[in-house]
Amino acid sequence: MILRFLPLLLIASPVAAQSVPSASPTGDQGGLAVTITADNAWQDLGVAIPAFATDADKPTAASAGGTVALGHAIADVITADLKNNGLFKPVGPSALPMLPYDQLAAPDFPGWQARGAEMLVQGAVVAGDDGMLGVSCGLYDVALRQQLKLANWKFAAADWRRAAHKCADMVYSRLSGENPFFDSRIAYIAETGTKDHRVKRLAIMDSDGANHRFITTGQALALTPRYSPDYRSILYLSYFNGAPRIYVYDVATNTQRLITESRNPTFAPRWSPDGQWVLYSMAISGNTNIYRVSAQGGPSQQLTDSPGINIGGSYSPDGRKIVFESDRSGSQQIYVMNADGTDQRRITFMGGRAATPEWSPRGDLIAFTHIAGNLRIAVMTPQGQDMRYLTDSWQDEAPTWSPNGRVVQFFRTTRDSGHTGIWQVDLTGRNERRLPTPVDASDPAWGPSR
Amino acid sequence: MPSALLCRPRLVRFALMIGCASLAACAPKPPADLPPAPESPSVSSNSPAPMLRGPLPGSEADFMAAMAGQDVIHFALDKFNIDPVSSAALQAQSQWLSRYPGKHITIEGHCDERGTRDYNLALGERRANAAKNFLTSLGIDAGRISTISYGKERPIAMGSNEDAWARNRRGVTVIVD
Repeated sequence: MILRFLPLLLIASPVAAQSVPSASPTGDQGGLAVTITADNAWQDLGVAIPAFATDADKPTAASAGGTVALGHAIADVITADLKNNGLFKPVGPSALPMLPYDQLAAPDFPGWQARGAEMLVQGAVVAGDDGMLGVSCGLYDVALRQQLKLANWKFAAADWRRAAHKCADMVYSRLSGENPFFDSRIAYIAETGTKDHRVKRLAIMDSDGANHRFITTGQALALTPRYSPDYRSILYLSYFNGAPRIYVYDVATNTQRLITESRNPTFAPRWSPDGQWVLYSMAISGNTNIYRVSAQGGPSQQLTDSPGINIGGSYSPDGRKIVFESDRSGSQQIYVMNADGTDQRRITFMGGRAATPEWSPRGDLIAFTHIAGNLRIAVMTPQGQDMRYLTDSWQDEAPTWSPNGRVVQFFRTTRDSGHTGIWQVDLTGRNERRLPTPVDASDPAWGPSR
Repeated sequence: MPSALLCRPRLVRFALMIGCASLAACAPKPPADLPPAPESPSVSSNSPAPMLRGPLPGSEADFMAAMAGQDVIHFALDKFNIDPVSSAALQAQSQWLSRYPGKHITIEGHCDERGTRDYNLALGERRANAAKNFLTSLGIDAGRISTISYGKERPIAMGSNEDAWARNRRGVTVIVD
């Protein structure tokens, strides 16, 4: 069996703004000035990922079963992570021979080379007597016959998928030079029902859609969640008690509290990067302005004060600036201010409307929704320059960044039917895919790397 | 009771704009001998016993019958101003509210689907407040009016076309008690 590879695909050359994402990658559209990797000749790498070996097939409390089945499942998760990223051509355990446990220390480089693999990910899973799983993961360059990276983790059996994501993160980071992002979670809104009787529930899942859990019942309309940086709580909007208010929901205790005591409606919650502050927007007599309040509660500080709609807000990674949306000029445009509300400046002048800005965790880009007829996801610099579309569909909105600032998730609405789904796209605009969710999905909020 | 008559919707919907700077001046309290059910334009005049079959005066059903569609106003794309058609509808609403001063209302603000979620929530709130301000300018006590925005969450027209979007950009007045 020979692993097959696609022809060399350059993705890091600086090229013009993308106009048609579905276009053939042979053209010079897409790509980005900010390189994905330091290596300009980055290519699809053939990565072989055999089932993780085990010393003895022991039963575990993991959903995947005993350690043999678990070793296969872990390799499957790693394969899916790397494949969905679009940069690699992984071949998973179902298409590869079993890895003998005694080959862990000395990989069969000639054998993998004969199969056409350039990289090898092999590891082991061992069940401890304490109910914990020990997982080791090694990355090897087959041609150089070298170990590039090796790591070990210990996880409770129920968290076995995290070990797989950690391994995928290690491989991705070592090969791309980027920060990891697979071991992360997403809060979003699960949608069911017809367009005129939509039921919207707060829900959470892993970055690959696994470990899905509904948080709220759907009796109260739930919107726009944001995971706290420590994953312990979720800010979201709920019509609990009939009126739209921002609550902070404690995931461990399943309790929630209002973020501010007010008779006015509150919208669009956001965390500061350190989790110490909450931004929210509040409407008074029809005008909406942005406020901040300590995550522990207390008095709020008003940050914007202009007639019209000032809403949203996203902190720069250093917490010193906030990018937000305002229609003070007559239409939705994007502004930047200092974290204390001073020095408010408009940064978008590209025509159309610009909404829902989200600052990249890397700090180099701002993702937003551009409205000119259709709604599309775009990125630009924090100065409002070099705008590029990442998507081209009827209605894509509400971008949220992967923890490493390399992938953007958003939600897409289908014309007429109103069906929604969460999609993600990398900064080239090419690797676009829909996330698996049990029902329709919107308002994704990607948390940090764990 | 000429002032009460003057404020009855069918007689003076437009004269009201000129004749009554404020509805409060027209009918501060409902006269005790006011006819029990306001006539609705939709009730045909040859109906045998409209007053017996009509809704309970001052009820939500009574409001709906009296408004005959004017419980809903509409807005232009990304706008919250009250246009002449909406102005006439809000005047009809204010006349009914003047007749039943114990009644409270909620004005719902709604948007079409072609905007971002957060902005539409704020825009719906702005639309509801524009309607509220118009009613208070006609003399309706602001304490009787609450507002709520549903943004783009509660469409009534299901299509994705200009006609459906125009119908969904609306302010809806609901009698709450």
